[in-house]
Amino acid sequence: MELTLLFAPLVGSLLCGFGWKIIGENAACVIATMGLFLSAILSWVVFLTFDGVTETVPIFKFIESGTLSTDWSIRLDRLTAIMLIVITTVSSLVHLYSFGYMAHDEHFGDGVSYKPRFFAYLSFFTFAMLMLVTSDNLIQMFFGWEGVGVASYLLIGFYYKKPSANAAAIKAFVVNRVGDFGFALGIFAIYLMFDSVEFSVIFADVPQYADETISFLWRDWAALEIIAFLLFIGAMGKSAQLFLHTWLPDAMEGPTPVSALIHAATMVTAGVFLVCRMSPIMEFAPSAMLFVTILGATTAFVAATIGLVQTDIKRVIAYSTMSQLGYMFVAAGVGAYSVAMFHLFTHAFFKAMLFLGAGSVIHAMHHEQDMRNYGGLRKKIPYTFWAMMIGTLAITGVGIPLTGWIGFAGFASKDAVIESAFAAGNGYAFWLLVIAALFTSFYSWRLMYLTFYGTTRGNKHTHEHAHESPMVMLLPLGVLALGSVFAGAIWYSSFFGKTNEVIKFFGGQYEAPAEELKNAVAERSPKASELKYVMESQPGEAAIYIAPENTVLHEAHYVPKWVKLSPFAAMLIGFFFAWLFYIKNPSLPGRLAANQRHLYQFLLNKWYFDEIYNFIFVQPAKAIGRFLWKRGDGDVIDGGLNGLAMGIIPFFTRLAGRAQSGYIFTYAFAMVIGIAVLVTWMTMSGGAN
Amino acid sequence: MADNLLSLVTFIPAVAALILAALLRGDDEAAQRNAKYLALFATTMTFVASVVMFFQFDSSNTGFQLVDEAEWIMGLKYRVGVDGISILFVMLTTFMMPLVIAASWDVKTRVKEYMIAFLILETLMIGVFVSLDLILFYLFFEASLIPMFLIIGIWGGANRIYASFKFFLYTFFGSVLMLVAMVAMYMDAGTTCIGGCANSLLTHTFAAGDFEVLGLQVVGGMQTLMFIAFFASFAVKMPMWPVHTWLPDAHVQAPTAGSVVLAAILLKMGGYGFLRFSLPMFPVGAEVVGPLILWMSAIAIVYTSLVALVQDDMKKLIAYSSVAHMGFVTMGIFSTNQQGLDGAIFQMISHGFISGALFLAVGVIYDRMHTREIDAYGGLVNRMPIYAMLFMLFTMANVGLPGTSGFVGEFLTLVAVFQVNTWVAAVATTGVIFSAAYALWLYRRVVMGDLIKESLKAITDMNSREKWIFAPLVVMTLLLGVYPALILDLIGPSVAALVENYDTAVAAAEAAMQTAQASN
Repeated sequence: MELTLLFAPLVGSLLCGFGWKIIGENAACVIATMGLFLSAILSWVVFLTFDGVTETVPIFKFIESGTLSTDWSIRLDRLTAIMLIVITTVSSLVHLYSFGYMAHDEHFGDGVSYKPRFFAYLSFFTFAMLMLVTSDNLIQMFFGWEGVGVASYLLIGFYYKKPSANAAAIKAFVVNRVGDFGFALGIFAIYLMFDSVEFSVIFADVPQYADETISFLWRDWAALEIIAFLLFIGAMGKSAQLFLHTWLPDAMEGPTPVSALIHAATMVTAGVFLVCRMSPIMEFAPSAMLFVTILGATTAFVAATIGLVQTDIKRVIAYSTMSQLGYMFVAAGVGAYSVAMFHLFTHAFFKAMLFLGAGSVIHAMHHEQDMRNYGGLRKKIPYTFWAMMIGTLAITGVGIPLTGWIGFAGFASKDAVIESAFAAGNGYAFWLLVIAALFTSFYSWRLMYLTFYGTTRGNKHTHEHAHESPMVMLLPLGVLALGSVFAGAIWYSSFFGKTNEVIKFFGGQYEAPAEELKNAVAERSPKASELKYVMESQPGEAAIYIAPENTVLHEAHYVPKWVKLSPFAAMLIGFFFAWLFYIKNPSLPGRLAANQRHLYQFLLNKWYFDEIYNFIFVQPAKAIGRFLWKRGDGDVIDGGLNGLAMGIIPFFTRLAGRAQSGYIFTYAFAMVIGIAVLVTWMTMSGGAN
Repeated sequence: MADNLLSLVTFIPAVAALILAALLRGDDEAAQRNAKYLALFATTMTFVASVVMFFQFDSSNTGFQLVDEAEWIMGLKYRVGVDGISILFVMLTTFMMPLVIAASWDVKTRVKEYMIAFLILETLMIGVFVSLDLILFYLFFEASLIPMFLIIGIWGGANRIYASFKFFLYTFFGSVLMLVAMVAMYMDAGTTCIGGCANSLLTHTFAAGDFEVLGLQVVGGMQTLMFIAFFASFAVKMPMWPVHTWLPDAHVQAPTAGSVVLAAILLKMGGYGFLRFSLPMFPVGAEVVGPLILWMSAIAIVYTSLVALVQDDMKKLIAYSSVAHMGFVTMGIFSTNQQGLDGAIFQMISHGFISGALFLAVGVIYDRMHTREIDAYGGLVNRMPIYAMLFMLFTMANVGLPGTSGFVGEFLTLVAVFQVNTWVAAVATTGVIFSAAYALWLYRRVVMGDLIKESLKAITDMNSREKWIFAPLVVMTLLLGVYPALILDLIGPSVAALVENYDTAVAAAEAAMQTAQASN
């Protein structure tokens, strides 16, 4: 079953991509989609029947060199199972949706068959993503990691005639490679320390390396700290965290279903998955985890500020994605891995839905993406409107305060993240996340108001022809809406319930805590004195590892009331300002932007990251390349070091000019034959001695 | 026949060349066709024979197998054989040559001589990899220069004379030092047998005691000097930074088939030399000079990748990329551990397929447009979808994407060097960023975009001959990427033995040095 669900997308992709000329365009797309639905059904079966025990299914040998030995194999544990349903559910729905969205495309001329290519890429992406999450070793994971990168590259550049799409595709791949640079070094360091790249071996050995150091570059480091840090650099690239985030907004050049699948629900969460997967190492790397937390919180904040002023509907959602990924990293960084996975899980539903909803709007508006040209679409596309409404309610975190779980999906998981940050004592992360929640609410409602409310703006003709999307596009929205409403409430206790419930869900054993630990927790936060359970399983035995000293999950439930209320309050404030700016007094935003022109420009230009990077990386790289080529290769090496050779060449070419063409090579023969004779003679005389 | 199988593999092409030279007359179309078919037939037969040989090879045996020897002129020995390392290079050569001949189907000038040159070249290249006698090796190694020199000089581009002489002189100067070292080796060991004899160069321990020359302390003594002499030759062949500048010129001027042979096979002779001579015969020298070579490799990777970024000539770009990839090879070799050597050998084989395919890909559009200028292209995907797909695959393989063969070698060599020197590893790993940048940017400028240029409006996609040339390369690139054990299992035992001998020799030399110091 595992093999079928893993390879169905690959088979579908190959049949679709190479077989469409034989079986026909539509049949090919249908086959790819059926493969995905098969995979999705099996994934749900696996997820719902999973008993928590890690299972490994080897497929065949991969790289084996000395003690470095890896298989292609499937590791099935709770983390994998969660990812399986997220990936295959969203992917199958996106496949279905694409039948409608990709039906006609003005980017291609008549008679160009672009659909099989699109479906083949989508299915291939899904396969690579499944390889990533089912891997039982770092190298196969890297295969999936790079595989999704390529799929992302191909799909961002899907409209290959558009220069901007091509540029965005390369940017995505290269920036991700910067992250991979860290990831790869992390793998090397792991192999150096553990003499293995297999998760089971690494995790089991982690505790005995807790105090080891490793010499890396200019000094010795705590081995597990540097490993955790390097791996996180990889995660930063893939998950578009600050400094390596610049590719994600540009990736919106790809068709919208791609944005929903790859750049919202699945691929960009791979970094979060990586950190959770490596939780046994992360638990022993407090400094690296602090870095993860700080960077995640900063990302959540920065992305939210940029999202406030963007006018392209997809870019707003892209920055929102980046921001939400920051939330996930904060949760993982403070040691609440299950909470990170929770937010990943719910976010997949509501963010995929927001993107697909945006796609539906774009579809209705003839590929107009600028929200300034929308307005009043509520009546024209009611189903899309309601879907987007549900998505907005979910992402802004609407629910009944203090119940914890009664609310839309984002309510449960986002509050869990914020409470975990507070419980871990990280005020910086806590406050930035609360502010980011306020901004999230603002830009989400701003999107809703600009798109669906108010008066129609922009091209009249486009508005007149705005039409609701076909059933194949609305159906996926409906399914995702269910997830956006209920996913949080249903799985609340599994991800963010009592410590013992969470441990059990992730396949671990629990036990009563040691007395000292209990006392320490009671002293730190008296309200949370009832610490009943800690994880008994050793690293690697359960899908995630929570060190006994890590009681964040427990303490998060006992944070003060004002902390629990703060995200809700932030949401209301954001909502109010959005209403004030875009319904009550629509002239306010323009006046504010004029008043605060510098701030506005700063945000509109995305904190100038692209300009700065172009200035300090891209241009210098080209300049250095040109310098090395002309000066290094040309002047120094050819001119200096090998000046002798270069001096002789003109002499030969002169000879060549004088001699009949074809005969100049006699010289070459003469030389080599001379040498041969020399060798022979020396051997003979040497032999005589 | 089984006894002579290896010699058969080696000399089938040469015999075919002789037949061509002796029997084929005239330069009309029929004669040209005959020459092409005979060359294709001979190279294919060579490949078939090498496959037979491959199945007789026992990879668990780390010694030389299929040894064939005979007395030769003037008391010299003819002695050939293969071990787990060299057999791969033989296979690479015999695999690539039929493709190279097929890729030359449209050659119009001096077809007979062209085919003769390639056939002779094949024999000489195989000869390099199978020689078990020092003199024989040297002859093959040096002689292989000539056909290549002619191929560039006669069938090359506008600036071919300059390029061919630069190529010749660079590689030739390197060889002179090697020659001196070879004489010294013979003086010291008293044999020219490379391996598998009672007294062979591989089992002989060359003197490694420090001594002074002109007031300079030579650590590792004779071994270091000999190592450097051999290094001079192999480094040029690889080519390593900073003696790489002949390669871009040679590639640019060489005809497509010449570039393919140069990149896929000829460059590997340097790497093979390190594995056959430098490491096992001069371990102490390698230990002394190795750290420097690691740095040269890391610099090569970054330096040439940056240079590749700004090229406007497709072939030059790929040539610089080749230098960067060879940097991974030397880095792996001089990490002197199992992963390093496995990775280096894997990288050489894989690079044979990938760079071969990339030069063929340039050849496909060069044949149509007669220019290698990147700016002359753009939007090819609109008219050449199959070409776009194949070019994409090999671009990604060149970038080292997991799942293609390009990944395995790069990864293993980096894993290896990380265990030796994390600085070098970190610098070299930046190569994964730069390679993505230059390769994808090339792809974008040539293949992506709208097709605007008038001159390209009528360009046709690949014909079936071209597709068939690529097919085996696609298969190998993906197969080795997914199941690298095909190579790793084969070389594993030989490499393990090599590493073990190396470590023992270095440890022994260190122990000897300590005793010497203690007794002083």
